[in-house]
Amino acid sequence: MKTMSQRGEVWVFSENRDLMLELLGKGSELAQKLQTKLAAVLLGRGVEKGAKEFMGYGAHKVYVVDNPMLENSPSEPYVSALTYLASQYKPEIFLFGSTRRGKEFASRVATRVETGCVPDCTHLSIDGNGRLLMGRVVYGGNAVATQFCRVNPQIATVPPRVFEKPAYKERQGEIIKVETKLEEPRTEVVEVKEIEAPKVKIEEAKVVVAGGRGIEKKEDFKILEELAETLGGQVAYTRPLCEDRKWFTDWVGLSGHKIKPALYIGCGISGVIQHVAGIRDSKIIVAINKDPEAPIFEIADYKVIGDLYEIVPALATALKKLLKTG
Amino acid sequence: MVRIIVCVKQAIDVTQIRADPTTRHLITLDASRKINDFDKNALEEAIRLKEKTGAEVIALTATSEDAKMTLREALAMGADKAYLVRDSSFENSDTLATSYVLAEAVKKLGDFHLILCGEASVDSYSAQVGSRLAERLNIPQITYARKFSLEGDEVIVERTLEDRYETMKAKTPVLVTVTGEMNEPRIPSLMAIMKASKKEIITWGAGDLNISAEKVGETGSAIHVTEVLAPKAERKKVLIKGESPAEIAEELAKALIKEGVVGR
Repeated sequence: MKTMSQRGEVWVFSENRDLMLELLGKGSELAQKLQTKLAAVLLGRGVEKGAKEFMGYGAHKVYVVDNPMLENSPSEPYVSALTYLASQYKPEIFLFGSTRRGKEFASRVATRVETGCVPDCTHLSIDGNGRLLMGRVVYGGNAVATQFCRVNPQIATVPPRVFEKPAYKERQGEIIKVETKLEEPRTEVVEVKEIEAPKVKIEEAKVVVAGGRGIEKKEDFKILEELAETLGGQVAYTRPLCEDRKWFTDWVGLSGHKIKPALYIGCGISGVIQHVAGIRDSKIIVAINKDPEAPIFEIADYKVIGDLYEIVPALATALKKLLKTG
Repeated sequence: MVRIIVCVKQAIDVTQIRADPTTRHLITLDASRKINDFDKNALEEAIRLKEKTGAEVIALTATSEDAKMTLREALAMGADKAYLVRDSSFENSDTLATSYVLAEAVKKLGDFHLILCGEASVDSYSAQVGSRLAERLNIPQITYARKFSLEGDEVIVERTLEDRYETMKAKTPVLVTVTGEMNEPRIPSLMAIMKASKKEIITWGAGDLNISAEKVGETGSAIHVTEVLAPKAERKKVLIKGESPAEIAEELAKALIKEGVVGR
């Protein structure tokens, strides 16, 4: 058994604040298991005041690189700062937030410090040898692989909302200000277009009514929207409706949003595994499909073999009636 | 002439994977292999550029398996040359090791303007090889591209992030990873497939690239896999029956209320 002084720290980093707090929650647990310290990495311009908040969410230490070059998180300055910190202070474990940018940062830092990186982890634990076990979905949702990294830092990336945000408590901690020469950016952002965000994030919806290829026209989503409204939920789409038919921009599935609502109702969705990978953790899954052989029925709690154009409006009516009187 | 290298992975067709319901072990051996979906988007973009302004398109694969069929598909789509870097010592390579092999192959291929990769592979979906390869080659990179153009020695790429589209510029040589939003990959004609079957696939082994054995395969990989299991699927699978849609809907509504997932 290694003693505390030999153990490197557990580090967390994300450019996304919410995700950072979730990482601090999980990171705390891992650091406790390893009897080591939890540290947050904070990069940017004039960001030092944020350190206090990270301590309140569990960080014993906050490494701060404060530099005007880090404003708006350009890739090369970020990657070079993260690499410098990791090489200098040698953390045992380094968790990154799995945003698209976070994954790029993690891959690049892992290459520079010559280590492995397990992306999009949904399970993290410490094994009997003090190694980080990292579980993630592979093969289009067909399997969960458990992996470990035999080199430090053991790098993992963690998607949003996999782990809970911990409770905030006033706490003291250590701020370590680090200065280092940063690399100049090699790419230039010339334009940014915001993607209009839905009012409620689909990941946060308690009820999701999803439509797939069985919906003939974009306008027909009206009937799904009405059901969703009845249930205080949200409408979601499959990838073909976004990429092939170009009706919408974001889909639910392995390569899109992963959701775990209390109730998922799939309408006219065949249930290819890539979609199923995004809904698998829903509490209750209802499938409505004309085709009795549709694979979605294999993972459904309630199966309705029928025409969604008849069933969905009838379900909205029935629920309105029952919820009012019940 | 513009020289484009497209990295192509032979992926497992994930729709064909089955699991043993009791042991939850996967049955992958009989699942067929195919060219990774997003790599087709990368190839398509390279071929469009070639059709528009002229370019040489090189498909490159590094693997421990026979991936000739995958490269034939790339040639049929319109790639000019195909390189298969294959060695049994590459088996169980992680992204650290795979990006090393690809980087050595790219160095041997000589000067290039662009490397295009799929954003990720459909089987392992790690989305790391492109980023790691650019790092190893010490060139700029732009990930998750949805629109792409080359103007002189500069690429202009619009990429998709969670909350915004970013238009970015970088000087060549540059590596770009491509999403499925970019284009609709062509389906090669029978004629193109016939022609591709006659083209040569250049095969290199570890020795041709002076690959160090300790940097590839299990020894050269930082990541080790302890188990791969099918997820637990415990669903009720209750069929809701009824004489009419209204009756079915009412049954279903009652069941959902009982589950406590609707209403307050």
